[in-house]
Amino acid sequence: MLEHTEVKVTHCYQCGKCSAGCPLSEEMDYPPSVIMRMLQTGDPVLEEKVLRSFTIWVCLTCEMCFARCPMSIDIPKMMDFLREKSLNEKKANPKAKEIVAFHKSFLDSIKYTGRLYEIGLFVDYKTRTLKIFDDLALAPKMMKRGKLNIIPELIKDRSGMASIFRKSNKKNKN
Amino acid sequence: MSKIGVFVCHCGENISATVDCAKVAETAGNYDGVAFSVDYKYMCSDPGQNLIKSAIKEKGLTGVVVASCSPRMHEPTFRKACAEAGLNPFMCEMANLREHCSWVHEKCEATTEKAIDLVRILVEKVKYNHSLNEIKVPVTKTALVIGGGIAGIQASLDIANTGHKVILIERDPSIGGHMSQLSETFPTLDCSQCILTPRMVEVAQHPNITLYTYAELESLEGFIGNFKAKIRRKSKSIDEKLCTGCGQCTTKCPVKKIPSEFNEGLGKRTAIYVPFPQAVPNKPVIDRKNCTYYIKGKCKVCEIVCPTGAIRFDQEDQIMEVEIGAIVIATGFTIKQPDFFPEYGYGKYPDVITGLQFERLASASGPTLGEIRRPSDGKIPEKIVFLACAGSRDPAKGIPYCSKICCMYIAKHAMLYQHKVHGGKSYVFYMDIRAGGKQYEEFVRRAIEDDGVNYVRGRVSRIYEKNGKLIVNGVDTLLNAMPVEIEADMVVLATAGIANDGAEELAQKMHISYDPYKFFAEAHPKLKPVETNTAGIFLAGACQAPRDIPESVAMASGAAVKVAGLFSQDELTREPIIAVVNRQAPPVYSSCVGCFLCVSACPYQAIGKEEIKNRNGEVIKSIAKVNPGLCQGCGTCVAFCRTKSIDIQGYTHEEMYTEVMALLNEY
Amino acid sequence: MTLGFYPGCSLKGSSREYAESVLAVAKAFDINLEEINDWNCCGATAAHNMNKELSLALPARILSLAEKQGLTEIVVPCAACYSRLTVTIHELSKDPALKAITEANGLEYTGSVTVLNIVQMLDKYITPNLEGRVVKPFDHKVACYYGCLLVRPHEILKFDREEDPQTLDVLMLKAGATPIDWAFKTECCGAGLSVSRTSSVGRLSGKIIGDAKDRGAEAVIVACPMCHSNLDMRRNEIDSYLGEKVDIPVLYITQAIGLALGLDRKALGLQRHFVKVTV
Repeated sequence: MLEHTEVKVTHCYQCGKCSAGCPLSEEMDYPPSVIMRMLQTGDPVLEEKVLRSFTIWVCLTCEMCFARCPMSIDIPKMMDFLREKSLNEKKANPKAKEIVAFHKSFLDSIKYTGRLYEIGLFVDYKTRTLKIFDDLALAPKMMKRGKLNIIPELIKDRSGMASIFRKSNKKNKN
Repeated sequence: MSKIGVFVCHCGENISATVDCAKVAETAGNYDGVAFSVDYKYMCSDPGQNLIKSAIKEKGLTGVVVASCSPRMHEPTFRKACAEAGLNPFMCEMANLREHCSWVHEKCEATTEKAIDLVRILVEKVKYNHSLNEIKVPVTKTALVIGGGIAGIQASLDIANTGHKVILIERDPSIGGHMSQLSETFPTLDCSQCILTPRMVEVAQHPNITLYTYAELESLEGFIGNFKAKIRRKSKSIDEKLCTGCGQCTTKCPVKKIPSEFNEGLGKRTAIYVPFPQAVPNKPVIDRKNCTYYIKGKCKVCEIVCPTGAIRFDQEDQIMEVEIGAIVIATGFTIKQPDFFPEYGYGKYPDVITGLQFERLASASGPTLGEIRRPSDGKIPEKIVFLACAGSRDPAKGIPYCSKICCMYIAKHAMLYQHKVHGGKSYVFYMDIRAGGKQYEEFVRRAIEDDGVNYVRGRVSRIYEKNGKLIVNGVDTLLNAMPVEIEADMVVLATAGIANDGAEELAQKMHISYDPYKFFAEAHPKLKPVETNTAGIFLAGACQAPRDIPESVAMASGAAVKVAGLFSQDELTREPIIAVVNRQAPPVYSSCVGCFLCVSACPYQAIGKEEIKNRNGEVIKSIAKVNPGLCQGCGTCVAFCRTKSIDIQGYTHEEMYTEVMALLNEY
Repeated sequence: MTLGFYPGCSLKGSSREYAESVLAVAKAFDINLEEINDWNCCGATAAHNMNKELSLALPARILSLAEKQGLTEIVVPCAACYSRLTVTIHELSKDPALKAITEANGLEYTGSVTVLNIVQMLDKYITPNLEGRVVKPFDHKVACYYGCLLVRPHEILKFDREEDPQTLDVLMLKAGATPIDWAFKTECCGAGLSVSRTSSVGRLSGKIIGDAKDRGAEAVIVACPMCHSNLDMRRNEIDSYLGEKVDIPVLYITQAIGLALGLDRKALGLQRHFVKVTV
């Protein structure tokens, strides 16, 4: 299943160095080496658990695991693959609601403007998550320091951007 | 007229399953020159061999073709049978119907046709075979052992005890190797030096062993039974005959701060030094790179205090040439240093040490007199962490293999620590525990059950230093990969065992093979562990792969017996498959024109020049001549020769051409 | 001389001061930074987390625009954008099937663009002449923080070394500072979880600031707008994790160099930080 990504789970001998170095392993339900073991077994029940795990969403792709792995297993690439699959099959862990929402808001923002419009991102995120009061105090502070643009920056070739998004999404629906 | 016997073997079912052996025998029987043709189930068995012998005697056969397995399997068997029946063994050839035919094809017409072809071409070749006689070379019954660690010492003693002479060379100033650095050995916790030093003394005193320390192999020539080695005896700067080993010079030497190699950098030594108190020979050497006299031309305190005047500042390296019959390589191994590990600090933390450094700390004769103390501030560590597999089993770092001994010595170190530091806490981060030897598993369980060592299954991602402590970030994979962070006072890395410095150069000097990790290659991993592919050169100990003491000793004894076996004969027989330059009647003398291209082509320097003189002693012509002792029958010279004047006995131009033509059915 | 310039979304918005300091320092050395026309967002973390094709197509567009503009070297001050662009170049050259992505989107990229991160640009064009131009040595103890994406994955980026990197430290040394040896040079700050899981950022960035403080750092030097944002803007969360208020300011490498060159503080955008820059 992971031949798409060239990641060879059979190489993992469960040393645990990835989990030891992962900055977020204590917040994960299954630390990276455990995810590896679950995929190694080829058991569809465990694969399902992996796709529904919180781990894959809280992973920061900081690449620390890959840097230290003695078998050079590209765990970040595997995590990207699992995230995409988890979304396509609508199995994203409910605890990861905010994280997924943030990514979706981010992509929606650049789909329309070509460049990130922070206020647009925040508004979209808060409507998805209803976390209206978080970071509310931050906005005026940022504005005072000139860090928040009120008017979005629009690129000229917005149709080109939209087409890129369309074409890549089409592949995903399959 | 040729009278050839063809013997087609079924090899049980190995050949007959795909080849119609009866048909092959029948077809061969109809060839010109074939006087007898038969097929049989097991040609190599006693009845099979008797079949050949009786056919030779009854039919007066002049040649034999055995169509069966590979010559590598049974050529000696069948040639011996022919010799016993009175036929020159080199008139017997084998057609490989097994590896070259039945094992690689399906059962069909074409397979049998191929088998018939194979037999036919050899029948034609044998018609042109000549009787050849084995070459005898003398054997020099002196062995050279390179390396004076436990393997080299054992091999030397074993060979010397069979009555043969041994030259033992060691590049360090003393013999003993890594075993002399250890404090205790697993699984008995014997004091390492206590069991080693008696052997070291035995070596020094044995009448059959000549020991040269501070010596290395400079070059090697020759072949099995007849090697010529040049040994470089590095200058020790002392006259060994006058030196009594009193130690005055080492006491008074003013240069005292050189990191001691024997103590793995944890202690200091002087410029004129004996590596350790039990050194054999117990005579010092001067380290010229650090001696004030050699750097600045001043000092000479050692010369002043020496009671016998043994210091020789202008002594030079000596090159000695020796003739030997066999060589045992026992050069041992070394380990990776902490600077190999970026995630463990690149070697900049003094309290992150190697296993050998821990041995020196634990040793009663070490820099801390046997107390486990931190190199940074000399305090006794309350918490110590041991990391297994540091570098080994790590393809990302280029060392995919297992170093074999670390699981055992980590258990030993942890036990020693617990015995010496009551109330101390030790942790071992491991992936697997490899304790396969006798009493080994019980030893590791002792560490866990009796001495309270905490074994955590998982590896450590990184180590960093904070406020004088080493923060170790590991994981426990048996607890759902729970992070385990330990604030340790000392960390011991069980670093990978690697080939010793200079291994590659030595292998190239001796023309032996080595693997990608520069460990020397054995001739066959299962059945020939102590031999190399170069006849007469044997391996013992960790120079072939990381291993522990009992295995090194066993291997050394194995190599010694191979050497003794070699020396049990006064002469060695060699196969006469060698190159020969043709000689003809005067006035031609030889078709060789003396271009000597073959001399430069020969990889074994086996070809020389021969002068043909007339009765007045004037040289008529110079031609090439092959030294039958050195020639290995590779055939390179034959390919180079422009006049076809040189040929390989047993594979002459005529014989090879006939085979090819027979295959093309044109003869 | 002219170099291509890809600011990325952060440098236009929440990390404006980084762009200001990059341009100020470049100007001081007569380097003209030409922005890529009509550049788009590289997709950052969101794209590669959600959709592989998208994550390659967006940077591919940027690269083909740069090529069309005739820019052979582009400076990418944001470490995340730098990572995405470099990884995209690597993936496209490795797997021809992925090249189809660029073609499908009407983009043409022949591989002629070199991507430089801020340190590479400084080392190549500015450091050789730096020491002579320093008028106000940055005489402070600094903790150089590299973050994740400047040095990993090493096989693709081939920049500095993965553990205990040195390039920023060497630069700061040349600017007159005393770089300290500390343990969190490459530990993740919390990256994209800044909004969606701020508590994690408080913990991870807190550890970083905590270690820098324990070792006596007077400033933290960064080369990534995300890291800066987490270490600076999220200081309240860091303070609550550490249980105390820590005042150590966080400066971009270009701001520190700018100060050493004697450039105006406002031009370097120092007033935009959340944690007051007292050095």
